[in-house]
Amino acid sequence: MTRKEALFQYLLRLADDALINGQRLSQWCGHGPILEQDMALTNMALDQIGRARSLYQYAGEVEGKSRSEDDLAYLRDVREYYNVLLVEQPNGHFGTTIMRQFFFDTFNYFFYQELQKSKDETLSAIAEKSIKEITYHLRWSAEWVVRLGDGTEVSHQKMQDALDELWIYTGELLKPDELDNQLLAEGIGVDLNKVGEQWRQKVKEVLERATLPLPDFNSWMQSGGRKGVHSEHLGYILSDLQFLQRAYPGQEW
Amino acid sequence: MTTIINANTEIWDILETVTDPEVPVLSILDLGIVRKVEQEGEEIIITITPTYTGCPAMDVIAINIKAAMQEAGYSKVAIKSVLSPAWTTDWLSEAGRRKLKAYGIAPPVGSSDKNSLLGETREVQCPRCDSTNTRMISQFGSTACKALHQCNDCLEPFDYFKCH
Repeated sequence: MTRKEALFQYLLRLADDALINGQRLSQWCGHGPILEQDMALTNMALDQIGRARSLYQYAGEVEGKSRSEDDLAYLRDVREYYNVLLVEQPNGHFGTTIMRQFFFDTFNYFFYQELQKSKDETLSAIAEKSIKEITYHLRWSAEWVVRLGDGTEVSHQKMQDALDELWIYTGELLKPDELDNQLLAEGIGVDLNKVGEQWRQKVKEVLERATLPLPDFNSWMQSGGRKGVHSEHLGYILSDLQFLQRAYPGQEW
Repeated sequence: MTTIINANTEIWDILETVTDPEVPVLSILDLGIVRKVEQEGEEIIITITPTYTGCPAMDVIAINIKAAMQEAGYSKVAIKSVLSPAWTTDWLSEAGRRKLKAYGIAPPVGSSDKNSLLGETREVQCPRCDSTNTRMISQFGSTACKALHQCNDCLEPFDYFKCH
């Protein structure tokens, strides 16, 4: 891949992660367990979608085919989306959402810290902006993992179920492929091996505090999202997200 | 040729009249989001930076800047958005902090160091009774920039403009 193609692809991965997670979190609007947490979830949805916007705008610029942020979000089908499978997993109960968010926030926290050092000035600016927001997110989700894990028998069991269900989707976040290696070599991308070490350390620490047993980091992991091969859930998410632009192309507020 | 237009000139006075739609007592200058004003030929270029990446007020602010400029007779106005250096509440003006408090929102305490990003805020003063005996109810408030607090003395819940 040329450098431009690689960067475009990389930006789509990051933007799609943020958008799909933002869309999932938005589905909690009006359904949170209590008002304050409903607002927390939707606040975070907004941050994710805001980050996705910055990344899509830059992706459109890099691609140079005059595609706007909206074109990229609304007019690509499932196979052209490159988010990790983790973010498209269903919200489940509050505990499932918390566990999913904790894995993703921990990844973002270390990833975007590294991305601030990118030689690409726009990427590093986006990272500098995002890391402040991600810091709040991680604090929130890690606190909830501990509170529910080390909570009642019922909440503990629910967190255990969420952990069992989502664990196979964590490997994909941390496994570098050719694209990661290419951009790392150019000083643009992030060293996922380094992020992986930090991620495992943090997850271990928080799960311990939550009295949840640490799963095996070397167990079999599901992957595919980074190559555009998704679980059945993404199609449903996109049909919701993209309906208006598909039914009424070019419609504006 | 691009020339920089300094503060305290007519254009900056116009910008002072544009307010944050979510916190209407604050002008965009109080907020510290206007980073630069330049002139290139006929065109005025105004560079702003978002407070939070997903802040829905940013689009409205850009529209309102254009409208205010147009009303004052500047028809060619471009709004540029930059992300770096990232906005921080340290840029909130003194006047802005006073206006926030008068409006019932506790202004950010201290600087946006890592501890305050992590929510370890120092004493937050109740904007109504000035007591510092307050507690945080939720890190996330009615907008991205605010957290929800409550005063333990007068029992009034209030918004806190969090350090960022």
